[in-house]
Amino acid sequence: MRGASMAERRVRSFSITRLPGFGVIALATFVLLYVPIVTLVVFSFNAQASMSTWGGFSLTWYEAAFNNRQVREVSIRSLWLAVVASGLATMVATLAALATTRTSRFRGQTMIYALINQPLMVPEVVTGVALLIFFAAIRVQTGYSGMGYLVIAHTAFCIPFAYLPIKARLETMDLTLERAAADLYASPWQAFRHITLPLVMPGVMAGFMLGFVISLDTVVITEFVKAAGQDTLPTYMLGQLRRQVTPEMNAIATLFLALSVVAVTIFFVLSRKRA
Amino acid sequence: MAIKQTSAATPAAVPERHGHKWLLSAPALIILILAASGPLLIVLVYSFLTPGNFGGVVWRFSTEAWFRVFFSRDIFDPEVVSLNHAHLAIFWRSVSLALQTTVICAILGFPTAWFIATRPQHTRAFWLFLITIPFWTNLLIRTFAIQEVIRNQGLINTTLMRLGLTDAPIQMMYTDFAILVGMAYVFLPLMVLPLYAAMDKLDIRLIEAGYDLYASRWQVLRRIVLPLVKPGFVAGSILVFIPSIGAFVTPRVLGGGRNMMLGNLIELQFGQGRNWPLGAALAMTMLVLVVGALIFYIRYVGRTEDAGREHG
Repeated sequence: MRGASMAERRVRSFSITRLPGFGVIALATFVLLYVPIVTLVVFSFNAQASMSTWGGFSLTWYEAAFNNRQVREVSIRSLWLAVVASGLATMVATLAALATTRTSRFRGQTMIYALINQPLMVPEVVTGVALLIFFAAIRVQTGYSGMGYLVIAHTAFCIPFAYLPIKARLETMDLTLERAAADLYASPWQAFRHITLPLVMPGVMAGFMLGFVISLDTVVITEFVKAAGQDTLPTYMLGQLRRQVTPEMNAIATLFLALSVVAVTIFFVLSRKRA
Repeated sequence: MAIKQTSAATPAAVPERHGHKWLLSAPALIILILAASGPLLIVLVYSFLTPGNFGGVVWRFSTEAWFRVFFSRDIFDPEVVSLNHAHLAIFWRSVSLALQTTVICAILGFPTAWFIATRPQHTRAFWLFLITIPFWTNLLIRTFAIQEVIRNQGLINTTLMRLGLTDAPIQMMYTDFAILVGMAYVFLPLMVLPLYAAMDKLDIRLIEAGYDLYASRWQVLRRIVLPLVKPGFVAGSILVFIPSIGAFVTPRVLGGGRNMMLGNLIELQFGQGRNWPLGAALAMTMLVLVVGALIFYIRYVGRTEDAGREHG
């Protein structure tokens, strides 16, 4: 509400929030933020192999990317990993959020918060190194070298991101509805199934979307944890960037970008839904 | 199956036993302990072990790794000890680049956040969305995008040469400058968002009162706005500083092999360096830097919020 007052008053007394030069710097900042991204997208449609000279519109590089077996492979692996890890993270984060919100403070609550938020505070390199050491030991002991390591590493990393929107949703939810259900002789399970779950669902979906984007984005942890032949799209790109890159990379990046934008847009729509 | 367990916890409005809360949190906590907290402890243990010949460790206690973080020994006479200048230079580069990144983000981020906060309500979401899109875009893609702008055949150099302003491309890639530009570019939204949150809560009447009392724009900015959005400033600075000090991808792509930061030095010990204990000790050093920044933040913001309450 207080946020609204700022805009309303701005209309009435016109220049009160104006600070000289701020608008110019702000607009320049937006331009600086978008010039590299727009350049990247534009040159993915370049007919030439150049990334600075425009040679006409073409979809050559998208075709090249689609026909590149390795690109297809790492893309599918990335998507699979993001869905599985974010799905798992969302499930366990929902349970944890149900346990830790809308409750009186209890012993160990701070510790639960600290554990959940830990991946946000520790630099990714440190987490990556820690997982490298730990998983190397397990690999030696068990001989297992499948995707399980990447799945659990990504899941742990996604948990805080999935947890936040679910918690926010639960906290703004109307408690009276659940009480009404209880008054009308609903069993706790019925109240949960028919009242709580549908109400919290937008938060859960938002959490999933956020986890999905985060998992797709994760490059450092994957780089340390992956075994041979377990490249994801980001680690594949990281490897390619050291060589001479062609606009094929722009095409891959553009598709990737589009996917993130769609996921984030869905997240925004879901988290703005009224509880 | 997972959901069935929750049925017991549902009527949360009533005070109740807490056992099931642990039960519900357990799956998340187990995953986090397995793949986040537990391994950190192992890193600490490894930093006190002896390196194996081909990577890995030998289970023999040693403080050599911690010693080597800061000092180096003469190759011919291990008793001759000197400061490890290569490491210290990398520490210094990491801290200094992280601070510079924070300052650049603050200079660009403050006016940007102010601009967004003073838009009319219905267009504000749009400007915020513009800031959030790069934030959720893959870090690697954004680094790649910056590389395309600043490399020798990139947007800036080809434009300059076409305009005849320079004959040869200006070398920007593989310098500290490139790392700085890259980090400021990728971490800027982390500064804008908390600043915006602080400004959004700002009571506009205080600014009005300032002008009524004949304050100049500069005085209003310095004596009213800045003190009130300070928590947002501190939060943004910490949010930019922490990933900057831990940066790995940006210096690797834009800095090349020579301009290493702490993150790259750590990785080196697990790759070609084959010195896992040293890598572990360096990782712990990075963690100490980050936790130090966090503690500073919690102390500092706690204090300013108390002070604010006294005034309010």
